[in-house]
Amino acid sequence: MELLDLAFYTERVIPKLNEGLIESLWLIIPASLIGGSFGVLMGVLRVFGTKWIKKIADTFVAVIRGVPLTIQLMILYFGLPYLPFVKIFLTPYQAALIGFIFCTGAYQSEYIRGALLSIKQGQIKAGQALGMTKLQIIWSVIIPQAFRKAIPGCGNEIIYLIKYSSLAYIVTHIELTGEAKILVSRTFRPTEIYLLAGCYYLFLVTLATWILHALERKLYIPGFGKANS
Amino acid sequence: MTTLLSVKNISVTLGNRKILDNVSLDMHAGDLKVLIGPSGAGKSTLLQCINHLITPDEGEIHLEGKKINTQSNAELCHLRQNVGMIFQDFNLFDHLTALDNICLALVKVRKLSKDEAQKRARKELDRVGLSNRAGLYPAQLSGGQKQRVAIARALAMQPKILLLDEPTSALDPELVGEVMNVIQDLAKGGMPMIMATHQMDFVRSLATEVLFMEHGTIIEQDTPKVLLADGAKTRTLDFCSKLNNLKGCEL
Amino acid sequence: METLKTIYVNLPYILEGTYVTVLLVVGALALGFCLGVPLAIAQVYGSPIIRRAVGLYVWFFRGVPILLLLFLFYFGLFNVIGLNLDALTASGLVLGLASSAYQSQIFRGSIQSLPLGQFKAGCALGMTDRQIIKNIILPQALRLSIPGWSNEFSILLKDSALCFAVGASEIMARAHFVASRTYEYLPLYITAGFLYFLITLAGIRILRRVERKFAIPGYTLSV
Repeated sequence: MELLDLAFYTERVIPKLNEGLIESLWLIIPASLIGGSFGVLMGVLRVFGTKWIKKIADTFVAVIRGVPLTIQLMILYFGLPYLPFVKIFLTPYQAALIGFIFCTGAYQSEYIRGALLSIKQGQIKAGQALGMTKLQIIWSVIIPQAFRKAIPGCGNEIIYLIKYSSLAYIVTHIELTGEAKILVSRTFRPTEIYLLAGCYYLFLVTLATWILHALERKLYIPGFGKANS
Repeated sequence: MTTLLSVKNISVTLGNRKILDNVSLDMHAGDLKVLIGPSGAGKSTLLQCINHLITPDEGEIHLEGKKINTQSNAELCHLRQNVGMIFQDFNLFDHLTALDNICLALVKVRKLSKDEAQKRARKELDRVGLSNRAGLYPAQLSGGQKQRVAIARALAMQPKILLLDEPTSALDPELVGEVMNVIQDLAKGGMPMIMATHQMDFVRSLATEVLFMEHGTIIEQDTPKVLLADGAKTRTLDFCSKLNNLKGCEL
Repeated sequence: METLKTIYVNLPYILEGTYVTVLLVVGALALGFCLGVPLAIAQVYGSPIIRRAVGLYVWFFRGVPILLLLFLFYFGLFNVIGLNLDALTASGLVLGLASSAYQSQIFRGSIQSLPLGQFKAGCALGMTDRQIIKNIILPQALRLSIPGWSNEFSILLKDSALCFAVGASEIMARAHFVASRTYEYLPLYITAGFLYFLITLAGIRILRRVERKFAIPGYTLSV
């Protein structure tokens, strides 16, 4: 074993993994932003929508949550070109991004829904009793409270998204995991390279956790969850 | 005497059960009406109907002689701005400090500037004896303190009438006094109120009228002197002496 | 029509994959449980060094994607330590190790949500720490963990679909295999998705029955 062959890492492995990291970030960041907005929309519809909208949104979320992301990605990339009438061809990147947006949106909507449902009726009544309009109550009472209640769950979801971004490899989009796999097939040194790639993910996940905790601390209000140490 | 507020023939039906059955009352300047009655009698529903937190199935609300069009959001908001409400379980906004709880509606509804709102909020907090708690959140306040902030929040809107829905019944016994003192001061200051309460010494000393409710209707209505006179054969006295037996010393 | 026939002909083959998937998930859950409980206890009651070590283990297995863990262990680490495992066993081990990290956090949460008085009452009766943990803490904490545990089950089931990437022949692998020969991608993936959906429902139903069976009247904890 030439574990300490430093040049091997600095010249061959790390530049490639860095490229992979950029590709991963190109998936994670848009997916969390668009998926997050999609999740908020779905969450709001599932609480305030009409009976039919609720039913449709609930079913959509149940299906997305009940089926492995792997299968969803396979359907988007391998399956859609075989649709009977309109054949849809997605690039690997598009397939991965769309899959992640739907998936993270469905999970986010659960937290948004829970946060909205947990707001006590009394809070709304108090606003009404002070003569506030519906819009004022939503804007000044419901949103700030729901936002704080949803942060921990939604943040966790982003951390999951970072890890599940590795599934883009399955639809042949070459990001961090894909680059590692290619490097291994060229160098036959799986242990070191996969460990190093693992460190990249650990770094991303730890950084995200840290930012999230800082945000939670900054927005902490007595009575809304606990300030994490 | 001008009529501040009148409630005309209010009914609320839930399924086939009448929660409120054709209830009417009038409020004049200086009135302090007390609602008494067993739980489920409709006291809370009546109070919430007055400012349309619950929409009655039938009946009308008139504010200062003018009928409120309940279809119009603007008129509803106008009604609610002029009728303050104190809830049994406080309903402070959990995400705002005591001071901001008071300021919110002053800025959003009364359209005061932030500075004016804070000035008025501090004055009201001072009135309920909590000026040193302005920066605390509801979760950091005791029940009694929460209710006093809630009262300050309602008063800051400068309502013409105050509705109080059993303001002390969710409090530990030793905290009842601090809240009742604030309410007593308000009553002596001439604030018109409708209050559901079982604090009998308050009823005897300050109420101008007692309304006894049961099964969604007002079945007795008179001054406390008449309804609670020794030996009076009233449902009110009967009910209150039962309360008295349970609690021991309040009557 | 052709499509339905393809599915019908290949269904037995794919259904055999269900057996593999269930075996994989049950094995991984069991391994995760056997490791997760001691890890949780170590993390709550252990010395500072032990707690830090467990923390590191959990941090690693929760921070690295399952797919990468599968690659790392199956193509790398298992060979380095001289284990020559088939894809299914290796997948089960990796899923189990990862699950132990997640499960330990579920159990830890439950243990820490128990009132301190429970431990003190045990002490006051002269029980040793070991006895208290075994007879008082765990019976309560495990009951409280069932909802979190059933959540972990459904996550693990979905993650198990990744094992086809190292060649374990479970549902996903078989559906993909048939699809790439018959070009009936969509119907076969949907069939596979449906199977996962059914297993999730069945599993959650079983766990709910377990929860009811072990329920103690009036025992819910307000957290």
